Amino acid sequence: MTVLDTPAWRPRTDAAPLLPDPEPFRLLGTPEAAALDPALLRALYGQLVRGRRYNAQATALTKQGRLAVYPSSTGQEACEIAAALALQPQDWLFPSYRDTLAVVARGVDPVEALTLLRGDWHTGYDPHTHRVAPLSTPLATQLPHAVGLAHAARLSGDDVVALAMVGDGGTSEGDFHEALNFAAVWKAPVVFLVQNNGFAISVPLAKQTAAPTIAHKAVGYGMPGRLVDGNDAAAMHQVLTEAVERARTGGGPTLIEAVTYRIDAHTNADDATRYRDDSEVAAWRAHDPIAVLERELTSRGLLDDTLRDSTAADAEEMAASLRERMHSDPQLDPMDLFAHVYAEPTPQLREQQAQLQAELEAERQS
Amino acid sequence: MTTATHAAGSTEASASKPATMAQALNQALRDALAADPAVHILGEDVGTLGGVFRITDGLTKEFGEDRCTDTPLAEAGILGTAVGMAMYGLRPVVEMQFDAFAYPSFEQLVSHVARMRNRTRGAMPLPLTIRIPYGGGIGGVEHHSDSSEAYYLHTPGLHVVTPATVEDAYGLLRAAIASDDPVVFLEPKRLYWSKSQWSPQEPAEVPPIGKAVVRRPGRTATLITYGPSLPVCLEAAEAAKEDGWDLGVVDLRSLVPFDEETVAAVVRGTGRAVVVHESSGFGGAGAEIAARITERCFHHLEAPVLRVAGFDIPYPPPMLERHHLPGVDRILDAVGRLQWEEG
Ligand SMILES: Cc1ncc(C[n+]2csc(CCOP(=O)(O)OP(=O)(O)O)c2C)c(N)n1
Repeated sequence: MTVLDTPAWRPRTDAAPLLPDPEPFRLLGTPEAAALDPALLRALYGQLVRGRRYNAQATALTKQGRLAVYPSSTGQEACEIAAALALQPQDWLFPSYRDTLAVVARGVDPVEALTLLRGDWHTGYDPHTHRVAPLSTPLATQLPHAVGLAHAARLSGDDVVALAMVGDGGTSEGDFHEALNFAAVWKAPVVFLVQNNGFAISVPLAKQTAAPTIAHKAVGYGMPGRLVDGNDAAAMHQVLTEAVERARTGGGPTLIEAVTYRIDAHTNADDATRYRDDSEVAAWRAHDPIAVLERELTSRGLLDDTLRDSTAADAEEMAASLRERMHSDPQLDPMDLFAHVYAEPTPQLREQQAQLQAELEAERQS
Repeated sequence: MTTATHAAGSTEASASKPATMAQALNQALRDALAADPAVHILGEDVGTLGGVFRITDGLTKEFGEDRCTDTPLAEAGILGTAVGMAMYGLRPVVEMQFDAFAYPSFEQLVSHVARMRNRTRGAMPLPLTIRIPYGGGIGGVEHHSDSSEAYYLHTPGLHVVTPATVEDAYGLLRAAIASDDPVVFLEPKRLYWSKSQWSPQEPAEVPPIGKAVVRRPGRTATLITYGPSLPVCLEAAEAAKEDGWDLGVVDLRSLVPFDEETVAAVVRGTGRAVVVHESSGFGGAGAEIAARITERCFHHLEAPVLRVAGFDIPYPPPMLERHHLPGVDRILDAVGRLQWEEG
């Protein structure tokens, strides 16, 4: 008997229950799908179709010069929508810059959600209104925020779960590690959703991690990892809902890896042909989240032409309204530059504000 | 997110064709890789894609993945491993994708890169180059337009270099890679597509790090600047002729070491100086430069040294950035405030 045989040196958690299944969890097209609530499937369908239309419209707006840039989530709609739908109103969403769809599905105004990418301000919405943190561009930096907020809510005795979204590339950042570790140690009510869409700009997952799957990383932190078919909206919704529930009832954090694919280029400004084959894209198109859901709905007699048409019409209406609203120039006030830098501007800022005011006055007069 | 545009283009640009700063940087990296097997490039998307600004275009193809490597997405990891590679005798050249995305590597930079020579009494210098596209004026959304030079120049042990011309981009990058000290090499994004009749086949002479250059002689006042603000200052100097001012322009090229001799000599000649940069003025490079000019040239000065800089605000969204960036009018305004009536 050595000190290593004493209880103090035994692993503190059994690793086995934390391990993800090696096969991504699926529901649609499986026998289990029969038990799924038709209303949920229809709701997911409506939102996915809207989401895809939103992506297409936003990308079109970049071509018309109405958006500075747009990172499309086409192909990833099931993840985006399920993330929003899995939350209760009091919960918080921590999106990354690609997650505009989740933000809109959570209730943020579709134009306000695009403020960052239009470039008239950074965050276009009040995070408190729908409990949506600002879209985060510095990768993985939003993850510790989600942990801290969830921790604070728990300390306050509030029933709040935080859902934090990040890409596969973002999991390489130090902040990912630190956030997951804090969450597990604090047993914070957080859910981490990694959308593994195959690429970080041009870099494929194989160059990002040597882990069996990203979900396996959970074990190292002492939280369960779940691997899900990210193009199966019902599976995504179920796994997210379970993880949110687990967090809500004191079970601690979960790491979910959604296996999906970025159908479009990284952004409208990227040329994906430089680093990937069209055949790969085609293979993923054949496993399209909307098509997968449509097949299920059709086989259960839940999708007819009427629903298809009304869903398409609803998406068109949303796109038309977005287009119209985005075609008017935003009202800009250069003086906003000096607002909200501090609660009270510094003397130097006041001086600079006066300087700009004078310049603009001179500009108006000339 | 990253706006990936504008390929650096073919490296076969002939002597007669104008080259962009992006192409000159690409050529400098290519030549450095060819000249020294110790040179290794590390960064996000620097391989197959050739970098989001295409500065490393074609290098992996030509030199292999071990010489130009797509790393995992982690800036602290990139710089930290580069430190280890340099400790073993390699000469890493690191690419940070954007100014604001270099921040995760700040601890490695401040705690290790900047100090290794000093803490080992010179036994372990770190010959590494950290390339950072920086600055605004490209319509970038949040976190894509920072001017971060003040953080770096305030960190003893780092050289801080920034080219403003196509020729310097080549020469200074070669000099940075050849340097046995760590160099933070700040590339002005908005000048990536600026052109010059520069021939990649016959690179100009490599300028030494730490030498400022007089871009335009002038008798009545001196504009002191660097990087992205050089073209603005040259434009201002041209426009100032209308007001009867003969403005000179000094391009610092390197903030550390700071070429006090050249700057002081020029300012003694004019007695009036304005420092121009787009990063925030408070605690910025201009403060150091103005203080040094005052210390060195006090008895030659006809007016206080003024600064024209970005406002002391987080970098604004693209639709408002023109109000933030120092432009010709703001520079000429400052020149007008140089106490001419007393001169
Ligand atoms: C800290 C940081 N480093 C680099 C970048 C530049 N960048 C923007 S998106 C991106 C790739 C992100 O890939 P991933 O996390 O997989 O998300 P995806 O784009 O696939 O949604 C990179 C490198 C950044 N935004 N933040």
